[in-house]
Amino acid sequence: MSKVIIIDDEPLARSIVKEFLQKHPQLEMVQECNDGFDGLKAIQQHQPDLVFLDIQMPKITGFEMLELIDQPPAVIFTTAFDEFAIRAFEAHAIDYLLKPFNQERFDKAIAKWNEQRSANAEKTQDLLESASLSPAQSQRIVVKNGSKIKIIPVHDVFYLEAADDYVKIHTPEGYFLKNKTMNHFEQALDGQQFVRSHRSYIVNVQQITRIDPYEKDNHVAILRSGAKVPVSRSGYGKLKEVLGL
Amino acid sequence: MTKSPLAITKFRIIFIICWLVMMGDNAMVLNFFGLPLKAAIIDSAICNTLLLLVCLLVMNTLRYYLPRGQQYINVFSLCLFLTIAWLLLVNLLLKLALGKYEGYNELLHHSLSIRFSISFLLLGCVTMISILWYNQLEQKEKDERKTDAEKLAKEAELFKLRQQLQPHFLFNSLNSINALIGSRPDEARKMVQQLSDFLRGTIKKEDTQWVSLQEELQYLQLYLDIEKVRFGNRLSTEIEIDEGLESLKLPALLLQPIVENAIKFGLYDTTGDTVIRLYASKEENNLVIRVLNPFDPETSSPRQGTGFGLKSVQRRLYLLFARTDLLTTDAKQNIFTTIVKIPQIG
Repeated sequence: MSKVIIIDDEPLARSIVKEFLQKHPQLEMVQECNDGFDGLKAIQQHQPDLVFLDIQMPKITGFEMLELIDQPPAVIFTTAFDEFAIRAFEAHAIDYLLKPFNQERFDKAIAKWNEQRSANAEKTQDLLESASLSPAQSQRIVVKNGSKIKIIPVHDVFYLEAADDYVKIHTPEGYFLKNKTMNHFEQALDGQQFVRSHRSYIVNVQQITRIDPYEKDNHVAILRSGAKVPVSRSGYGKLKEVLGL
Repeated sequence: MTKSPLAITKFRIIFIICWLVMMGDNAMVLNFFGLPLKAAIIDSAICNTLLLLVCLLVMNTLRYYLPRGQQYINVFSLCLFLTIAWLLLVNLLLKLALGKYEGYNELLHHSLSIRFSISFLLLGCVTMISILWYNQLEQKEKDERKTDAEKLAKEAELFKLRQQLQPHFLFNSLNSINALIGSRPDEARKMVQQLSDFLRGTIKKEDTQWVSLQEELQYLQLYLDIEKVRFGNRLSTEIEIDEGLESLKLPALLLQPIVENAIKFGLYDTTGDTVIRLYASKEENNLVIRVLNPFDPETSSPRQGTGFGLKSVQRRLYLLFARTDLLTTDAKQNIFTTIVKIPQIG
């Protein structure tokens, strides 16, 4: 018996998945959720074998929800129309269901999942990396703070700091940790607003009040909050370019 | 083809009157200098008729060949050349016609320089006026072409703005119908009908077309009914219209994207039940429509309050009214308000 969770904000969209699932008695639906917050809780609680996940949902998208899970489950994505997501699926050879779909197409997706259960989770991990580069997601960062989910608008971010396998996101409410690399954020965030000032730092240029020299060849950026962010020689060049100095 | 100023009756009359006045004036002056009246009239008629022909020649030439920049010197030379040719011809003809009058040849000889100056001046004036006239015509045509091109671009843009809103809604609705077919076929059939009516509405209406508030609300109701099927009892709506506003006009399909945005904002960003409110009133000479939706300030701030939906409405209002102040938004506590003003024309 495999456990299944359905996450979609439209009741009818969930009901058609349930209907098609009836042909697969080995799959048991343990919960249905109508947004990513509920979905996250349900996944942590049930540790499902398969999740049917809509992308565009209340509060956080399906992608953002998955990012908050350390070990993402196997996922079959369902979406109506999202060019960006579809490109991402194609790029990672991930199966997805385009709404509306029929039983035959649904069965195929289940068969594929059955064949390559372990590969599915792996591919999902790769997918998330590229999905978070989407234009919509470059405007905010979703983090988990204990059991709470926090959505940080990028313009609220002071700076990012590398911390082992994590990145510390410094905001007016303190810092949050996200399991991503500095290179990822450098790519995902708008280069006109966020500059990699140092190997271990990315700074929000709108927060900088001044840049002081610091030891030889190095500088330090002073932020409005009073925080000091190291600026390397190459980082100084990048900052000057963005600030038009 | 550019029209000559003489194609217009008013200008033609003025032109002929000027010619007659010139002729009379000329004859009187000659008579004053001692030429018998008859001879003066003949002289004046020959002179001025020939000058008239030269003027017509210049006006017609400029119709096909309009000087630009440096070429004005050519026009000046042409005037000079024509005046000289005219003078030689006049001199010849007058000698033949009136040489028999005593002292006429002498008078003619003395008056040649004056005749030249006056004719050159007159011809210059006619040339200048013609150039101005044709230039202005050309400019007008250019402007018309530009306006036409802009209008075409505007229509294309409006069409595109409208199309971009459809696919997500359309496919999700089809998916809902797909789900209903198995369990509640009657409702599925009803929804197919609603969706068809809705789509027919978007296809048949022109973006520049104005409809009454009542029509627009009927259309909006179709959309809301579909959304209510999609989201079940999570979505409810309240519509309040001040009395007597049903016949006020607004651009077709303007409200639907605003309400769509409110639903997305309200429904997608809050997980509980959502009430979308729509109030219509008349303020000064504007139809004012307020659409209210709940939102969660915690999670919604990153979206900055507007989505593609409102941006396209803003752009459309600008294309229709050339104003950017007709669409405003306001976020207070947990209620987001979109306010659209539609000036009532006529």
